[in-house]
Amino acid sequence: MSEALRLALVVAGKDLRAELRSRTALLSALVFSALVLVIFNFARDPTVLAAADLAPSVLWVTFALAATVTMNRAFTVERENGALDGLLLAPIPREAIFLGKLLANLAFVGTVEALTLPLLILFFNVDFGRALPGVVGVTALATLGFVSVGTIFGAMAVRTRFAELLLPVLLLPFMVPPIIAAVQVTSRLLAGRPLSEMGGWLRLLTLYDIVFVTLCTMVFSAVVDE
Amino acid sequence: MTPSPELGHPGPALIEGRGLRRAFGRLQVLKGIDLSAAAGDALAVVGPNGAGKTTLLRILAGIMRPSGGQVRVLGEPLGRGGSVARRAIGLLSHQSLLYDDLTLTENLTFAARLYGLPRPGEAAAAALEDAGLADRAGDQPRKLSRGLLQRAAIARALIHGPRVLLLDEPFTALDAAAAERLRALLRARLGAGLAMVLVTHDLAEAWGLVTRVAVLLGGRWVADESRSGALETFLPRYHALIGV
Amino acid sequence: MTTPLPPADSTASRVVRRGLILSGLALLALAGVYVLALGYTPIEARQGLAQKIFYLHVPAAWSALLAFSLVGITSALYLWLADPRLDRFAAASAEVGVAFSAVMLTTGPIWAKPIWGTWWTWDARLTLTLFLFFLFVGYLALRASVHDPAERARFSAVVGILGLLLVPFIHLSVYLFRTLHPQPIVLKPSAPSLPPAMLRTLLISFAVFTVMYVGFVMARYGLSLADEAREGGDAG
Repeated sequence: MSEALRLALVVAGKDLRAELRSRTALLSALVFSALVLVIFNFARDPTVLAAADLAPSVLWVTFALAATVTMNRAFTVERENGALDGLLLAPIPREAIFLGKLLANLAFVGTVEALTLPLLILFFNVDFGRALPGVVGVTALATLGFVSVGTIFGAMAVRTRFAELLLPVLLLPFMVPPIIAAVQVTSRLLAGRPLSEMGGWLRLLTLYDIVFVTLCTMVFSAVVDE
Repeated sequence: MTPSPELGHPGPALIEGRGLRRAFGRLQVLKGIDLSAAAGDALAVVGPNGAGKTTLLRILAGIMRPSGGQVRVLGEPLGRGGSVARRAIGLLSHQSLLYDDLTLTENLTFAARLYGLPRPGEAAAAALEDAGLADRAGDQPRKLSRGLLQRAAIARALIHGPRVLLLDEPFTALDAAAAERLRALLRARLGAGLAMVLVTHDLAEAWGLVTRVAVLLGGRWVADESRSGALETFLPRYHALIGV
Repeated sequence: MTTPLPPADSTASRVVRRGLILSGLALLALAGVYVLALGYTPIEARQGLAQKIFYLHVPAAWSALLAFSLVGITSALYLWLADPRLDRFAAASAEVGVAFSAVMLTTGPIWAKPIWGTWWTWDARLTLTLFLFFLFVGYLALRASVHDPAERARFSAVVGILGLLLVPFIHLSVYLFRTLHPQPIVLKPSAPSLPPAMLRTLLISFAVFTVMYVGFVMARYGLSLADEAREGGDAG
């Protein structure tokens, strides 16, 4: 297992190094997130709805959209020059390839989220205050689950004809439970509610992560092995 | 009786396929293929488009599952994940298997890590030195000419010291001089005891290199013989076989 | 459908013919169910005639859920056994499932408008069916965009399995969402205890929809069998 984990880190490290070299995808994803926030601000009637009330929903819709548009990237880079064959040829378990890709996607989406959050605070004038650690925690919990599903769907979508359209159609239904849970927890955290009011949602998120990370790791070989 | 390309080599087989079959839905692409190659053997698999050449090579590389039959490398079945068999295989294709966003050093270091080599950085530097690419180590593959890219791809394919080299149309897009250099390099490797299986539609490019030629048609061998004489004497027979 | 009918003596054509006969019988029986529902089943006191759509709506939802569960189960089996028949079945079941969930989604609002005064409500069961519909459509969109049959089978099996496991999560999250935001629903779609006559009609309708599902799937299965035979013949 530790060997598989080491190889997963090798794969993830390679992806992040390539990402840091070009930076195009990361910058585009950030600009995309900022634009979504701006559009949300103008898509509300300021006399009816205070920006801060809308903040949890805006935050999570932005995270979901940003994650969706970036998830094809991980396997698009493997398509150039037949690089995926090079991975499959090597004496490494398929599970390690999946975990490596998952870690790279998490790092990528996590970075976008980490930089979107301050923008939200700035644009929507929300005071996170003591809720910030909780929001970061629930973000990590929710992101792990849907990025896991997104990683496997991305691996499939890049091998089809309509990758850009197919991935959101497949992935968005899978984002619904984690997004509902994350919005509920976030708004309760911002309202300063006690943890006991979020127990059900946090259990749902944890269960979702366990089920889908395990399952995606197991079925990944069916996606890449012809 | 189906001929099978396993005649006339002295040593034990480094790679061996038995009864390899592969179907896509109802379409039978490979219908029971046997083959083997020992140290110093270079088997050319030729045939028209759609004969099943690429499928066969991908099965031998362990990238594709056969519907039936088994591949053994160094006597060990080619399974999933880490194994002796997988470590013994190298693949040189018409694609470079290199990442465009990484430098040559980074690409080769990554490959060395995938194979669990003890000092990946040094292995990468040595491989680039061997390939005469030491001065381009910091460049990305997209900045290299076709010939230099081919050399980098060879360094990538051989970095872990494979005993069996699989070649998928390696001469595609190479000019005459680059193709000749590739043949010379591969000949030297054969002399050093590598076994090769080469898939090509252009036999002329590979003729000077191979020791045996097998013709694949409709998922079966229709001919298999040691290379003898000139290409010009083989070609008419080949064309008759594939019905050109 | 541009598929010409397969030769009369082939397995494919036998399967198609049996499927069509079964579907025909089920459609006749469905007409029978409505004769029963309109003529011999009491009119629900509060909802009046609008409640009659219940005998179409609920069994359609049941068939959609049945179709979806079988897609998930055969998908899991496909990854294990790699038998193309399982893939063909899953595809047929998904197509039929789209039809049933579409029936459920159109009858829902027609029923809801006179009863609740609104076309749509985010009721847990209605929402779940909406997601079944989305998942089916995604599944079929994926199938349509992969060329290689083996790859198509593997990819769609992965989506089938993941989709089946998603269903309880959707249900749970929508349920938690609803219970925390109660809304003025006058009546639940299925009352806890039905009068015996209504229950009888409903159970008959369930049986009829199940037969219809089997008939549709058989016909669709037979057609894809014929398609493959034709393609196999061309390529070989």
